Amino acid sequence: MQQKGIWKVIGASSLGTLIEWYDFYIFGSLATVLASQFFPKTNPTAALLSTLATFAAGFLVRPFGALVFGRLGDIIGRKHTFLLTLIIMGGATFAIGLIPSFESIGYLAPILVLLLRLLQGLALGGEYGGAATYVAEHAPEHQRGFYTSWIQTTATLGLFVSLGVVLITRHSLDKNEARSIAAFNDWGWRIPFLLSIILVAVSVYIRLKMKESPLFQQIKEAGQLSTNPLKESFGHTTNLKMVLLALFGATMGQGVVWYTGQFYAQSFIENVCKIDFDQSRTILIWAILFATPFFVIFGAWSDRIGRKWIMLIGMLLAVLTYPSLFRGLLQLSDLRQQIELSDLKQIKRNLVPLAASGDTLRTTTHQYFFASGAVKTTSIKDTLYKTPSLTTLHPETKISVKLGNKAYWKMVLLVFIMILYVTMVYGPIAAFLVELFPTRIRYTSMSLPYHIGNGVFGGLTPFIATLLTTIQTDNQLAGLQYPIIISGVCFVIGALYLSNKAPQHASSQS
Amino acid sequence: MNSIKKYAGLLWIALGPLAMYFLIQTAAAEIHKKPIADTWVQWGIFIVVALPIAIGMIFFGLFALRGEYNQLPEDSADKNSGN
Repeated sequence: MQQKGIWKVIGASSLGTLIEWYDFYIFGSLATVLASQFFPKTNPTAALLSTLATFAAGFLVRPFGALVFGRLGDIIGRKHTFLLTLIIMGGATFAIGLIPSFESIGYLAPILVLLLRLLQGLALGGEYGGAATYVAEHAPEHQRGFYTSWIQTTATLGLFVSLGVVLITRHSLDKNEARSIAAFNDWGWRIPFLLSIILVAVSVYIRLKMKESPLFQQIKEAGQLSTNPLKESFGHTTNLKMVLLALFGATMGQGVVWYTGQFYAQSFIENVCKIDFDQSRTILIWAILFATPFFVIFGAWSDRIGRKWIMLIGMLLAVLTYPSLFRGLLQLSDLRQQIELSDLKQIKRNLVPLAASGDTLRTTTHQYFFASGAVKTTSIKDTLYKTPSLTTLHPETKISVKLGNKAYWKMVLLVFIMILYVTMVYGPIAAFLVELFPTRIRYTSMSLPYHIGNGVFGGLTPFIATLLTTIQTDNQLAGLQYPIIISGVCFVIGALYLSNKAPQHASSQS
Repeated sequence: MNSIKKYAGLLWIALGPLAMYFLIQTAAAEIHKKPIADTWVQWGIFIVVALPIAIGMIFFGLFALRGEYNQLPEDSADKNSGN
């Protein structure tokens, strides 16, 4: 294939996949706002629907989508299948932006959101395998790692774009920051969802102009298409053993390294280190920006030295260094050893009378300033009861730390290192998976281990990590046990059973 | 190397049921702590998803024990013809 042609293929595939990731992530980025709009905690049914939306979409429906669309992609072709997933994802995202709140239409609102979220999970399950296969089947064999690594950048860039769009929208609805945030929480959150339809329309237009994958076309013309890709993929030992090897020796570890670097790190910075909303997101944005080129670097390098060891060394580094990296994040946010500028300390009190009861809601805000430029804000909310004998038993306390310049960039560096591991495990994996399976059942065979590895093993990372910290309350790093154990097991399986074939590919140029 | 690959299969066979045992034990403890529909649904989803993965791990161990991974296909041409 000509150089210009392959870049068109990469551009069309990557743009669509990036948009799908963007669509999937904005739901997660706006989870708190969506909860207040559609899933009020005080209502048990709505809370149950929220749980289903969170867990079922990622864990149940994503692998199911991989099977449904993988099968379709091996029967009718890659192009039409991943066009369909894009339309489903874009339509579902746009529709979420249009749903009236729980207050307006009651239970119908969370039910609709749940259904649309499940559609998103289904579409995501079908998209990646199609895009990776489509690009790989256009690329020369000796450069598959390099060309498919562009697809690999899209998941991280999708997160980058979603974080950026949310931050920009949140701060641009009014000149006054507090009013802008209030407007965002009220109606502005719909903008990132509605915006999706424009992006999807452009991407569908571009993808419609693309041709079917040449390798798929070739086996179709030769009459070698699979009539039952599911049976061939998982019913025959020859292929099933490769599916299991791909899952336990590669995607399982890759998934947890990915989710730890990009999601658990951000949640740890915000909830454990108590870094403020904006900074916890911009730290991730910078780290992603600096690390993204390494997807392509490691993808291209895997064409020369093989995929196996780049991915496995990424996992091994994660296993060995996660405790020190996360301890570093904690130390940077610990202001106890820093010099406080006591003269600048501010205390503000805000009293809001509650008309119905005659009580008063009191918010006391303490601001502490430090020589490093850090600012710590402690906000305590309690109720002053009309009856003097009553007091608030558990005042709501919120701590937020704004880092000084030096500590901020050090934190960016630590997160950058974690995302660098992500680029090592994730950059070469599309080429690795494509090469593991034959063309006739490739879409089905590679999609399932990818989505179990990422959706289930990876997707569980924040949940299990949080669960572990609630069990071992004295250990703030307890959550890391899960990614360390999973990556460790995956490293051993990968090191023992995977083979490193790339130098052979490099010599067999097609 | 092939004998290490083969006998490590026993470890992978054991890992499947062991992981399920820990998952069910944790699920039972969490449901006991907070016995509401929300907790049931959440842990129910985890068990439904984890069960086929654990069975997959047992199969992986069996394949390893049978020496299925001693000689993998050399390239995609082998795989294409192998089906």
